[in-house]
Amino acid sequence: MAADTGETPADGFGRVSRTKDVAFRLLALAATLIGIVSLAALLLNVAVDAVGWLDWQFLTNPPHPDPYEAGFLPALVGSIAIMLMIALVTFPLGVGAAVYLEEYADDGYLTRFIQLNIANLAGVPSVVYGLLGLGLFVGLFNIGYGTVLAAAFTIALLILPIVIISAQEAIRAVPDSQRQASYGMGATKWQTIRNVVLPRAMPGIMTGTILALGRAIGETAPLIMIAAPTTVFGLPNSFFSKVSAMPLQIYNWASYPQTEFQYGVVAAGVVTLLVVLLTINSIAIVIRNRYQQRT
Amino acid sequence: MSQPDFSHDGIRTARGTAFRYLFMLCALLSILTTVAIILTLLLDAVDFFAQVSLVDFLTGTRWSPTNEPIAFGVLPLISGTLVITIGSAMVALPIGLLTAIYLSEYASDRQRAYLKPALEVLAGVPTVVYGYFALVYVTPAIDAILPVDLSTFNALSASIMVGIMIIPMVSSISEDAMSAVPDSLRQASYGLGATKFTVSTSVVVPAALSGIFSSFILALSRAIGETMIVAIAAGQTPRMIDLTDPAGMFLDSIQPMTSAMVQIGTGDIVGQGPAYKSLFAVGLTLFVITFVMNLISELVASRYREVYR
Amino acid sequence: MSRDSTASLPAGLGRRDFLAAASVGLSGGLAGCAGVFATEGNNVNIAGSSTVFPVTEAIASSFSERNPTVNLSLSKTGTGGGFGNFFCAGRTDINNASRAIADAEIEQCGNNGITPIEFQVATDALTVVANPNADWIDCLTVEQLREIWRADGATHWSDINGEWPDEPFELYGAATTSGTFDYFNEAIIGEEENHRSDYHATERDRTIVQGVQGSEYAMGYFGFSYYSENPDSIKAISVDDGDGCVEPSIETAMNGEYTPLSRPLFIYVAKESLEKEAVRDFVRFYMKRAATDLVSEVGYVPITEEKRDENIEKLETAIAEVTA
Repeated sequence: MAADTGETPADGFGRVSRTKDVAFRLLALAATLIGIVSLAALLLNVAVDAVGWLDWQFLTNPPHPDPYEAGFLPALVGSIAIMLMIALVTFPLGVGAAVYLEEYADDGYLTRFIQLNIANLAGVPSVVYGLLGLGLFVGLFNIGYGTVLAAAFTIALLILPIVIISAQEAIRAVPDSQRQASYGMGATKWQTIRNVVLPRAMPGIMTGTILALGRAIGETAPLIMIAAPTTVFGLPNSFFSKVSAMPLQIYNWASYPQTEFQYGVVAAGVVTLLVVLLTINSIAIVIRNRYQQRT
Repeated sequence: MSQPDFSHDGIRTARGTAFRYLFMLCALLSILTTVAIILTLLLDAVDFFAQVSLVDFLTGTRWSPTNEPIAFGVLPLISGTLVITIGSAMVALPIGLLTAIYLSEYASDRQRAYLKPALEVLAGVPTVVYGYFALVYVTPAIDAILPVDLSTFNALSASIMVGIMIIPMVSSISEDAMSAVPDSLRQASYGLGATKFTVSTSVVVPAALSGIFSSFILALSRAIGETMIVAIAAGQTPRMIDLTDPAGMFLDSIQPMTSAMVQIGTGDIVGQGPAYKSLFAVGLTLFVITFVMNLISELVASRYREVYR
Repeated sequence: MSRDSTASLPAGLGRRDFLAAASVGLSGGLAGCAGVFATEGNNVNIAGSSTVFPVTEAIASSFSERNPTVNLSLSKTGTGGGFGNFFCAGRTDINNASRAIADAEIEQCGNNGITPIEFQVATDALTVVANPNADWIDCLTVEQLREIWRADGATHWSDINGEWPDEPFELYGAATTSGTFDYFNEAIIGEEENHRSDYHATERDRTIVQGVQGSEYAMGYFGFSYYSENPDSIKAISVDDGDGCVEPSIETAMNGEYTPLSRPLFIYVAKESLEKEAVRDFVRFYMKRAATDLVSEVGYVPITEEKRDENIEKLETAIAEVTA
């Protein structure tokens, strides 16, 4: 690229440069598409492999060493139970933190520190959160290894920074004029937040939280670290039930020797996980679109 | 809001203050999380370093936590992580950068509206799924296509998958930085008769360099911390790598730090001995490395944000 | 709720009081919740050997279809990890074991008020495998196996037999943390030598199958069940323990000809856990199923009917003692 800057305008940018321009454009387009196309090819492969395996019996049976009898139900229900718990924990905490940072905090040293810290937490590897969960929830609070609560709290801490950051963006998008109008009518700060800011920001906050839950449902490493069981039969019947989750069951099945597992049962599990993920993300997109139409 | 509140200033203020502190507590929770992570890792790591010297850990070239002779040298694990990082960087950095250039300089608004969400999907696929893809589709495919002797568990397919996963991190942050480059710079070059290629590579990229750099570091930090892809597809062979021998690096089984943590976490280790505590020592090493990289990325990024503000 | 502190999962308060102080905000109502909702009732928790895992998985799956409200968890932790960190620490009700419980483990259990009851549920044969294209080997003596797998032993095939290829071994074996490793180490390597460490060690038997499939000069070992799943892609090596070559099979393992690589598999039940109805039901179900095809379907040799009746009697006696 340095060579081009060396050329003087008098030489003009002739045919060579034009050709280069087209070639570069195509190269950049190819680069943009290569990841998407590769993923699409892999998804097609797994979808084809899942045909014949992903059926009602698979979705309603417990796991089994025989691939033809193996089912996904405890993992499916476990994932949903964990996800609901995570939503209950992260939503109030995430919104609370975002409201503080956007509406209350001054631009001082502490705020900047918190902000930097949140950005950094979003980048901490999930396996490290797993160790945190092991030390804190399994060890210190003695919630029990691999329980619904331990799993939910651990992953909740993991996605909390993402929820906070997206809630902050949603709150920031509320026009300042609306706040001023509220203050002008004599409302207090809390009244303004409750009656003006949060209702306006809510669709954005919901979208962000739901997308974060999508991330949560795919997490595996933290569950391994809090010693979630390899396989669970039956459904969770309390917060202290041992829990399995879809990605964990997929990981464990991937080590079964039979090709029926590798190219059948696991493929069916992967497709189920992706369908659930897609559903979650679609809900988020629907909320976002509805909100965009209203304003 | 109910009327009485307006007439009772005292209650109003008290309630406002209460909420203020409640929200503040939520925000401070993030700091507590960081403190808890550091303490959890440190407390057990300290136990570990009471039994294994820090120097042996940091400079040892053998990792064998349960197999006699026992050795706790972290270098083979770091070198495994390095292989994955280099491999995924070779995939993600050029592709991500070109993608960012295309999105920022060439794509129409309509194209962008489709391409950006599609790219984000790459980062949204659960990593266990990528790991499974690497093992059952990518490795057999490479083995069939290329005339190389590829092990079932190898760094190559794991790196490719990690690379694909982090493309959107590189492209979206780089694109933000490129979009922040003032249009006047581009117009000036066009005025001199420059083509789009020249403008992109000689004007926009240099101007957005710090943002691009920040995206690279963040993406690589993500690659370093990636666990499931490498745990499933890269193998469990802790070994030192030879940077001058790419085939040896990529075609065989390795063991990055994260994968070693999964192995210890699921392994048959009894009691609170150094083998178990090494989990926290490796975790701490991983945390420190990614933390420093994230911090650098954040600082560089805040710099470019200021330049064109 | 504080448990035994020798367990590897971090246990209880005290040690980390200052961490507690630092995370008061995090703890919030969690500790409170823990007390209110703690229910022990309808759960059966199992950990232990990955070798016994498929047997227990098959039985648990079939139990679960009949008793869908029981929450039954099964972890692969290895025999020793299962005893030390879970079973003897009071965290699980049942431990899968590919060897008999050790004295130290009985002592640890005793200190925590856990009384293990042993039930043999199957017999396992370890299988040494090679690539089907490795036409020079069909049978190895125990000495040859030891030479291949011991530390500082042979490195090339030609080191074992001059007529074999002058190529290095590519060895795939059980991770040192697994019961399979312990068993192979004990049966083949012995006390005087160490198992070599420069081999592909893994908990995941499929890794071994795939590794051995991939190279003509590869060799590996694992439980017979994994071989029975992949009989075409890899080749089982017969073992000569001084009385000629014996091929690993369900028959030779059951009649005791296949030595030294066949062994009994156990589950250990905490007598105290039999107070829970769910555990009682499950163990009763297990004992009845252990003598059926279900075990041979996962590749092990089922116990005889006499052994089964003996087990059931032992179980009923114990149940009578705790429920009396």
